[in-house]
Amino acid sequence: MADFLLELMSEEIPARMQARARNDLARLFAERMEAAGLATGAIDTHSTPRRLVLIAREVADATEAAREEIKGPRSSAPPQALDGFLRKTGLGRDQLEDRDGVLFAVLERPGRSASEVIADTVKSIIADFPWPKSMRWGPNSSRTTSLRWVRPLHSIVAILGEEIVPIEIDGIRSGATTVGHRFHHPGAITIGGVHDYVQKLRACHVIVDQDERERLIRECAQKAAAEAGLTLLDDEGLVVENAGLTAWPVPLLGRFDPEFLDVPREVIVLTMRTNQKYFACVDENADLAPAFVCVANVSASDGGAAIVEGNRRVLAARLADARFFWEQDLKVPLENQAKKLDGIVFHEKLGTVADKVERIAKLARWLVESGVIKADADQVERAAHLAKADLVTGMVGEFPELQGVIGGYLAEAQGESKAIAAAIRDHYKPAGQGDEVPTAAATIAVSLADKVDSICAFFGVDQKPTGSKDPFALRRAAISSIELIIRNGLRLSLTEAVRGALAIRAGQTKESDSTHRLDRTAPEVLEFFADRLKVQQRDAGVRHDLIDAVFSLGGEDDLVRLLARVNALQQFVETEDGADLLTAYKRAANILKKEKWEGTRATGAGELAPQEKALVDALEAAEPMASDAIESENFTGAMAALASLRGPIDDFFDHVTVNDPDPPKRERRLNLLMRFRDAVNRVADFSKIEG
Amino acid sequence: MSLSFQDLILTLHRYWGEQGCVILQPYDMEMGAGTFHPATVLRALGPDAWKAAYVQPCRRPTDGRYGENPNRLGHYYQYQVVLKPSPENLQDLYLGSLIEIGIDPLKHDIRFVEDDWESPTLGAWGLGWEVWCDGMEVTQFTYFQQVGGFECRPVTGELTYGLERLAMYIQGVDNVFDLRFNNEGVTYGDVFLEKEVEMSTYNFEVADTDTLFDLFRKSAAECERCLEARLPIPAYEQAIKASHVFNTLQARGVISVAERQAYIGRVRDLAKAACGAWIDVKGYAA
Repeated sequence: MADFLLELMSEEIPARMQARARNDLARLFAERMEAAGLATGAIDTHSTPRRLVLIAREVADATEAAREEIKGPRSSAPPQALDGFLRKTGLGRDQLEDRDGVLFAVLERPGRSASEVIADTVKSIIADFPWPKSMRWGPNSSRTTSLRWVRPLHSIVAILGEEIVPIEIDGIRSGATTVGHRFHHPGAITIGGVHDYVQKLRACHVIVDQDERERLIRECAQKAAAEAGLTLLDDEGLVVENAGLTAWPVPLLGRFDPEFLDVPREVIVLTMRTNQKYFACVDENADLAPAFVCVANVSASDGGAAIVEGNRRVLAARLADARFFWEQDLKVPLENQAKKLDGIVFHEKLGTVADKVERIAKLARWLVESGVIKADADQVERAAHLAKADLVTGMVGEFPELQGVIGGYLAEAQGESKAIAAAIRDHYKPAGQGDEVPTAAATIAVSLADKVDSICAFFGVDQKPTGSKDPFALRRAAISSIELIIRNGLRLSLTEAVRGALAIRAGQTKESDSTHRLDRTAPEVLEFFADRLKVQQRDAGVRHDLIDAVFSLGGEDDLVRLLARVNALQQFVETEDGADLLTAYKRAANILKKEKWEGTRATGAGELAPQEKALVDALEAAEPMASDAIESENFTGAMAALASLRGPIDDFFDHVTVNDPDPPKRERRLNLLMRFRDAVNRVADFSKIEG
Repeated sequence: MSLSFQDLILTLHRYWGEQGCVILQPYDMEMGAGTFHPATVLRALGPDAWKAAYVQPCRRPTDGRYGENPNRLGHYYQYQVVLKPSPENLQDLYLGSLIEIGIDPLKHDIRFVEDDWESPTLGAWGLGWEVWCDGMEVTQFTYFQQVGGFECRPVTGELTYGLERLAMYIQGVDNVFDLRFNNEGVTYGDVFLEKEVEMSTYNFEVADTDTLFDLFRKSAAECERCLEARLPIPAYEQAIKASHVFNTLQARGVISVAERQAYIGRVRDLAKAACGAWIDVKGYAA
């Protein structure tokens, strides 16, 4: 057994592709070694900007020799059958064995040396490596069959134990030499094998393992910040990206002109992160500090002074650009910006963004005036009017991901109230499940109105999500609406809200068939919400059968009430009373089903058995109790009413024969069971509950 | 003392000349990038080896800022190097040029950061990087894969240096107009500030859009006439002309988002047809 080292040296591999490439390399190697029958121990992969590395431990010396016997045609079979068999086995007639008139092919497969298997494996992996994007290069690219790689591939180190595994692909021959850091150690390095690879490269300023580089960046960047009395803003994405861009990472702290701090913090952090890949720092008050941490790929001869100075100047130019936009934006009142929204098409069938804003404002106002949200209606309407105004600012033009945030800052700087500024800033939230859900009243109103309007408007023009296609992210909008409603306990009839939104939209289009359209679209939207609610609740761990049990009662479009009922039901069915009652319910329902019992008016013929009487009494008490409880939204109370039926129904089943030979008794008892079933069903459709 | 703007160009000329490049002069037409020069686009097609380096003035009407922005210009220079087929040591050759102009890679942080290049108007794309020096993009480094819609066989390596940025970096200047153009006290601003102001005014405010629309149509028609006459180079020149007219129309703000794609598509069709004609006339077709 020996350890195997593979290094594929190329020009710089995009940082974002390295993790997947490591996984693909490990997976493909393991798969193909297994297919070839060559045993290996642990397989590790690493990457630096210029290399992909695989280390396989304890590779077997050779594959096992194998012997295979294949039964062929009878020796008397026609020649066509024999020819077919010879083609299949690759043998000649005289190589077959005749055993009692049946021909056999005996194939001896000698074991293959590890080196040979590895060479084939590596060659095939390189030839069809699944890079997301690959290219051709150099003189060989004249040929259509030339090798493709993510960037030009320069060399292959392949050493098994201490021996080079000979591999040649498109003119590149494997060997034992590689190079170290591009600038610290430009010459060739000879590798002995797995045992000295990592150490030799480290001596040449290359840290082979990305995890170690990530750790180093994390720790040194934090240290650099701490030494300046600051705290680094953690950003794991940046750590990984910088580790993919450096073989010898050296985090360096630099400072920028504090005057730039006038620019919104998010803009500065985003510029530093996306354009420059810098970490940001905060001071002891958690305010953004005029400092950055860049990660160099060199231990500079001057300690990094020139690098820091260069980066500072690049950042200054970027921040100057950002400040220019910010100052321009500050000069224009959001109200004036909002007027320009009529020049931006929201969707070809749904008019401009200005049209959308008008709808949001009306719907948000309705949410307040109808008592769903307790807020100042004028304030909410103003927030809605200004909510999208930042879309035409220079700042959002440069940084589209800061929509809302910029509007919030501008609103505050231009003297709008804090509530309005917050509503503008946060009205895109929540951006799907798991995102922070706004709790400020005005924000909720604008956010919910925005999302419900989008859903209703797109459904109104037949732009519904289908299968995997949801180009306008309506599913996310529905989930976000549901989160807003539930988390804030908003009591609203979804039907009314949807019809309201559709009516507002119809008012804009002034179409003659709008009523007809409304009647058609509203149920579609409500069904869409119901589906999303199930998905959302399932993801939150609520049993889907319980949701179905409450849903199938129909007519419930108050999500808060609906979920309270589901929750009470879930608690109940998980108690002993609940589980037992469910069993009894199923038994009753089965009997009724088997008898195809539709019910009759007969109830009291003859004398009741005591257990029958007890069940009737229990139902007499429980039915009004349950319906009162439901009426007052005391769903736990409704469940308690059901629980009171447990003893009587169990006794009933234990002592009373439903299918009594006497037809009136049978009829009476079936009717009683039906009454029991229906009483339970008024609380929730227990037939939908599993278990 | 660090290199002046003109010495930077002369140093690069000498360096790439020594690497066997033909040192060309700028193409005498308005264009948005050094890549448009026929010495890059047309020479990237077909099997023949080719090495060239040149400075190309680039006109980007929408980037003009009336000379008020320290970093943005409507007219600036690119230094363009093309090597076909791309040599094995292209990265090393490139880094050699940085050392030549005074950038010590053990004192500065040189990085190759992924940046795939695509020119929708040329029907061209390639893979490569933007090269960073201390966080600043100083060069676009590309291995052409397709030009004019045709596969590059073999692949051309293209280096595009942003000369003003590089010079600002080397000279430690924060405003492009403060660059030392030579060592006799002449600044970049002395040479170009007035031009930036006037050209911005022209491109944004004065250029007659009817004339431009007319020019666009006429260039396109002329391109097609040249194609019929099997004259790929004049045809390509007309495509470049149409492209620049389109850029100016964009600066005048008279092309809507929807129309924009159509115009780009029109220029691409012309450029592709010229490339196809070039392959045909040169007898490169398989």
